[in-house]
Amino acid sequence: MRSASAILRFFRSEPFAVIGGAIYGAIVLVAIFADGLAPYPPKAILRVGARVARYLPMSADHWLGTTSSGRDVLSQLIWGTRAALAVGLTAAVAVVAIGTVLGLLSGYLGGWVDKIITWFADIVLGLPFLPSMLVLASLTRPGTLVVILSVAGLLWPNTARVIRAQVLSLRERAWVEAARVTGCSTGRIMFVHVLPQVLPLAALYGSVAIGWAILAEASASFLGFGDPDTMSWGVMLQEAYANQALSRGAWNWFAPPGAALMAMVLAGFLISRGSEKLLFPKLAEQ
Amino acid sequence: MARRALGRLGHLLFVLWAVSSLTFILFRLTPGDPTLNFLSPSFSEETRAALLKGFGLDKPLWEQYFIYMNNLLHGDLGQSFLQGKPVAVLLADALPNTVLLTLVSLTAAYAFGIVAGAFLAFRRGGVVEAVSIPAALATRAAPEFWLGMLLLAALAFQTGWFPTGGALSPGREMNSFADRFVSADFWWHLALPALTLMLYLQGLPLLLMRATMLEVLNDEFIVMAKMKGLSRWSVVMRHAARNALLPVVTAFALGLGASIGGNVVVETVFAWPGIGRVLVQAVQSADYPLAQGAFILIAASLVTMNTAADLAYAALDPRVAVGAKR
Repeated sequence: MRSASAILRFFRSEPFAVIGGAIYGAIVLVAIFADGLAPYPPKAILRVGARVARYLPMSADHWLGTTSSGRDVLSQLIWGTRAALAVGLTAAVAVVAIGTVLGLLSGYLGGWVDKIITWFADIVLGLPFLPSMLVLASLTRPGTLVVILSVAGLLWPNTARVIRAQVLSLRERAWVEAARVTGCSTGRIMFVHVLPQVLPLAALYGSVAIGWAILAEASASFLGFGDPDTMSWGVMLQEAYANQALSRGAWNWFAPPGAALMAMVLAGFLISRGSEKLLFPKLAEQ
Repeated sequence: MARRALGRLGHLLFVLWAVSSLTFILFRLTPGDPTLNFLSPSFSEETRAALLKGFGLDKPLWEQYFIYMNNLLHGDLGQSFLQGKPVAVLLADALPNTVLLTLVSLTAAYAFGIVAGAFLAFRRGGVVEAVSIPAALATRAAPEFWLGMLLLAALAFQTGWFPTGGALSPGREMNSFADRFVSADFWWHLALPALTLMLYLQGLPLLLMRATMLEVLNDEFIVMAKMKGLSRWSVVMRHAARNALLPVVTAFALGLGASIGGNVVVETVFAWPGIGRVLVQAVQSADYPLAQGAFILIAASLVTMNTAADLAYAALDPRVAVGAKR
């Protein structure tokens, strides 16, 4: 009872964060139980009698109809949650890890370490995101790995900058001084004392990075640089676009994957907006 | 001010150099040599060697680097593998289309976002806020190309109000950009891609304007204006909004640089003949000189606009200590 009222109170004060969390929760559940939930295998070519079941409209048998090659849209949508979570989480963890470590080093050590990292960040910020990813994908091998590497390699400066600024103020605090006086090594102060203080901020950037990574994967797939064997929402949209779903008005095919992408990215925004208030109570007063 | 501007300029040149060097390295990472991608196997070994020589690919890497840098400084981006035209000419054809698309959509997005954001700061709480803020976030969360697909299906394919792609109706030729600029047909083709980008881009200025307005509304000069007995609307619009515009102006400059590269997907959806589409097609067909040229052009505009935004911010806001030590 008490926990229920606590949840209710949290919901009242942070409705955005709760809705965002609920969307993520739902996506994770669907991804876990994808095999059971999907009415058909996502790549199975379905038939009506002897004919391939192309472009079927929405019906009780196929809630979201079928694709041009006779595959069930709902099943593909359900399986797409796995690809989205895999790409989003991996890339977000990578971005946050690189950004946090470099931001921490740069802010705490200062001097030439700071200079080199800042220069490096400036150069990376000068690389346009999508074009860089396309060029990388075309020069190596298109696929999910390139997407994750590009997101990690190109988006870390944003996190690093914020973490650096935070560390600059943290390192002047009395408890850092105290740790130094008691003989803690620099590495220990950085990673044991300062790091935990900046982790919430890093997590905040992570929740947004999940969204960027998923959008990056979708855009890469749409432009033909994704992994065609992965059942992702971006691949679904690319297939729909390339197979005249638009001119046929097959809304049941191309609307759902985009809506799913939007919901997932939006969830990241909502969570970061909600937790921003928890982390920075000053903003909430305005 | 002058010192800061010089410093930023030096920094700009450094980043430009670094980005173009990185591009050089990147494009030479290709496994095998680039001729393999566009030569048919029936070509003789001599033809291949002649081609390599023609592209300067027989020289040592460091020499290639200096030739590349020298050519870049002279605006020579090489020849397209597939189209047989100079890369610079192909890019010059595409650039105005991209710039126009970006300018139209960004201006519309910021005009809407600024007014709507100021209005939302003026009317805090209630149903309007509860609906419009998640809506603004949602348009930023939606994949650009999907927004484009929805508009394309609804307004082009289903109703036939707008063309389904390209920049001109089939059979129409335009000799100069000026001809194109005054042609109604061109603007009719521009409408849907611009609307897509506008929908995608308006969320940022809206949220930014609202947030800074709320911040500014607590400032002393606003209290002063209120005490003078000015109406609430006048306080918000004439005193607060002007000051709140600063970060929005900066975001506009940043957005200009970012969209030139970010238009890639929207240009592809609508087959809009801009730089982004040139890049995608060049990359898909392994036309490396063209891809490299388009990439450098996009990166250079991004870096330049970042510097411009930085300078604009310093020039507009007296509170930013100019040339102050960081």
